[in-house]
Amino acid sequence: MKTANLLAATALVAVGGLTASNAQAEDLTLCWAAWDPANALVELSKEFEAEYGHNMNFEFVPWPNFADRMLNELNSGGKLCDLLIGDSQWIGGGAENGHYVKLNEFFDKEGISMDDFAPATVYAYSTWPKGTPNYYALPAMGDANGWFYRKDWFEMPEIQAAFKEKHGRDLAPPKTQAELLEIAQFFQEREIDGQTRYGAAIFTERGSEGITMGATSSMYPFGFKYEMTPGKYDMEGAVNSPEAVAGLEFYKELYKTGTPPGYTDSYMEQSLDAFKSGQVAMAMNWFAFFPGLYADPDTGGDKIGFFVNPGQNVEASTLGGQGISVVAYSDKQDAALEYIKWFAQPSVQKKWWDLGGYSCHVSVLNDPSFPDSAPFASDFLLAMDNVKDFWQEPAYAELLLAMQKRLHDYVVADQGTAQEALDKLIEDWTETFEDEGKL
Amino acid sequence: MAVTPIDHVAKATPPSVASKIRGLSDRTIAWLFVAPTIFLLLAVNIFPLIWTINLSFTNFRANRPNRDVDYIGLRNYERILTDGDIWLTMQATAHFLFWTIVLQVLIGFTLAWLINRKFKGNDLWTTLIVLPMMLSPAVVGNFWTFLYQPQIGLFNYGISFLTGVDPSSFQMIGDVALAPWSIVIVDTWMWTPFVMLICLAGLRSIPDYIYEAAEIDRASKWRQFWTITIPMVLPFLMLAVLFRGIENFKMFDLVVQLTGGGPGSVTELTSINLKREAFEKWRTGYASAYAIILFVTVFGLASIYVKALNKVKER
Repeated sequence: MKTANLLAATALVAVGGLTASNAQAEDLTLCWAAWDPANALVELSKEFEAEYGHNMNFEFVPWPNFADRMLNELNSGGKLCDLLIGDSQWIGGGAENGHYVKLNEFFDKEGISMDDFAPATVYAYSTWPKGTPNYYALPAMGDANGWFYRKDWFEMPEIQAAFKEKHGRDLAPPKTQAELLEIAQFFQEREIDGQTRYGAAIFTERGSEGITMGATSSMYPFGFKYEMTPGKYDMEGAVNSPEAVAGLEFYKELYKTGTPPGYTDSYMEQSLDAFKSGQVAMAMNWFAFFPGLYADPDTGGDKIGFFVNPGQNVEASTLGGQGISVVAYSDKQDAALEYIKWFAQPSVQKKWWDLGGYSCHVSVLNDPSFPDSAPFASDFLLAMDNVKDFWQEPAYAELLLAMQKRLHDYVVADQGTAQEALDKLIEDWTETFEDEGKL
Repeated sequence: MAVTPIDHVAKATPPSVASKIRGLSDRTIAWLFVAPTIFLLLAVNIFPLIWTINLSFTNFRANRPNRDVDYIGLRNYERILTDGDIWLTMQATAHFLFWTIVLQVLIGFTLAWLINRKFKGNDLWTTLIVLPMMLSPAVVGNFWTFLYQPQIGLFNYGISFLTGVDPSSFQMIGDVALAPWSIVIVDTWMWTPFVMLICLAGLRSIPDYIYEAAEIDRASKWRQFWTITIPMVLPFLMLAVLFRGIENFKMFDLVVQLTGGGPGSVTELTSINLKREAFEKWRTGYASAYAIILFVTVFGLASIYVKALNKVKER
């Protein structure tokens, strides 16, 4: 028996060796943003290395520089990245400029079905033109802008009593944007445990995408839309509708009356810092950070609660998240495609969620145990049902920078009115679309 | 005749380079020496400049290699010169340029004048004063954001200590009125030592016998200052103004780190705006026209200034 086992083991090793020698081991580089889920992906990818024999390298760039760095890399035809987990808005440029490999044939050959992924994520992260069955990425990381709050402060009897006295209702996670503002204003400059606290940490960053992602979290629920008719670029009456104006005015009020002093250029890191240092009662940020926040020994666990972006006229959340693409300039496309094939497996997707990544696979999301698998899991499902994304056009960077300028000028620099800001935004975007030959 | 060791050495030595190229004129040899530099200058400066001028008449976008490039005449120039937002960045740049130069010249000259007086610890003070200009602008920008922090920033506490106002009642980099001054203060802090060093060189170049002659003529200190010190340091001061003017016209790193051009766009200097157009929006043709306009502006102003400087030196 012993001899038989030994023979079997030798045969396995021999077969394994043959298999390994059939496919050439490659050094693959995966590029992404430097944040918590990236660390989870490093851990997850060890299984891929063991299974396929390829060596994984990672190039993670901090968020404020991520778009700049990676889009420069793509535009220059750089070979740094074999795989890129690029932002959802890059899909148009990635497809039209030939940066991403079209994956339809590969999906058909390997039996990877887009029906196995949540429709909202396929639409947002994979398709170009939008909604057509032309796939340039596999949904990799579902994400949306959500909220977290100091549950321990919300539960303090004296705080509860003071809130009830002021607003005539119990202090609880807000269900509407109006309630969110009330709570932020309630906590603003309030003394708790001998320290001055503030209402909420929101996004106001000017340089990359911060204030757009933050303000749209208020503007979408009020009714902001990009076009009157999808695909027609008819922005008049949509971008500057009375609802959109009300949403933007609301965000300015939230900024002026519910945020810490000096909060003029803040994005993900600043929001996390403000919350972890006990400055604010609530903070907005991407769901991607929630596992790390929950695990935080000082402000996580019982002290933290989560809620989906509150609705107002409609339920809506700003979309984050990314798909994983094979870079067209890579010399190792076969090995890169093997990574995508491996990553698309339901078992890998399950482990991805367990490690802190947000899977978009329906086998994970539709699992009955999913909503209870983490304190923020059910909110994540709610958010992903109502996500809205920025333009995903090839000229997205130009469109985004215009919105950054107009919103920051109005919200932070106090220049002009919301109506003027959105009217000017239409002028900027019209010029861009005219240059693009779409208007 | 006996062959000496020196003859052996002489025979083994190869003919000199000079003898090999004998027959070439001095002018040709001079051109040979200068040619690599001229070639490099053409390749690195002149060719890109001509290429940029060419691009400025097109709708080229560097991130769209597949798109047709059309010549659109002066459309980019027209757009830039009629764009109100660009004029606002020009105003922001002019404000920054004017006040940094005024403050740096005044403080730099005063410091140089004080340092030039012999006193104990003179060298130590000089070293301490020039420290800021040895730091990286990115580092300076970063740590001043902390100094300006309304809740914990030392700058705000310093102002609070001096004036009694609440430190968190004002935001140097978040307030539209204060942000332009916040970048002026930091640049002045960093680059005043540079102006001081140039002024110090000017002050030390004035021969003592001129002051001695003035003393004999019973000229007052005040008169010596205005009729000897200032005129003789003026060319140095003007040189410092030229250097700081050119540097601050293209200021980028320090301000990006400090304010990112915000709040809104009140500290968005032309170089930051140009970078956004060229490498974030990728409007290459438009950005080329923008760069040419800035180049002509700086080149024109600098030429006028250099002529004035030469006149002052000739006096």
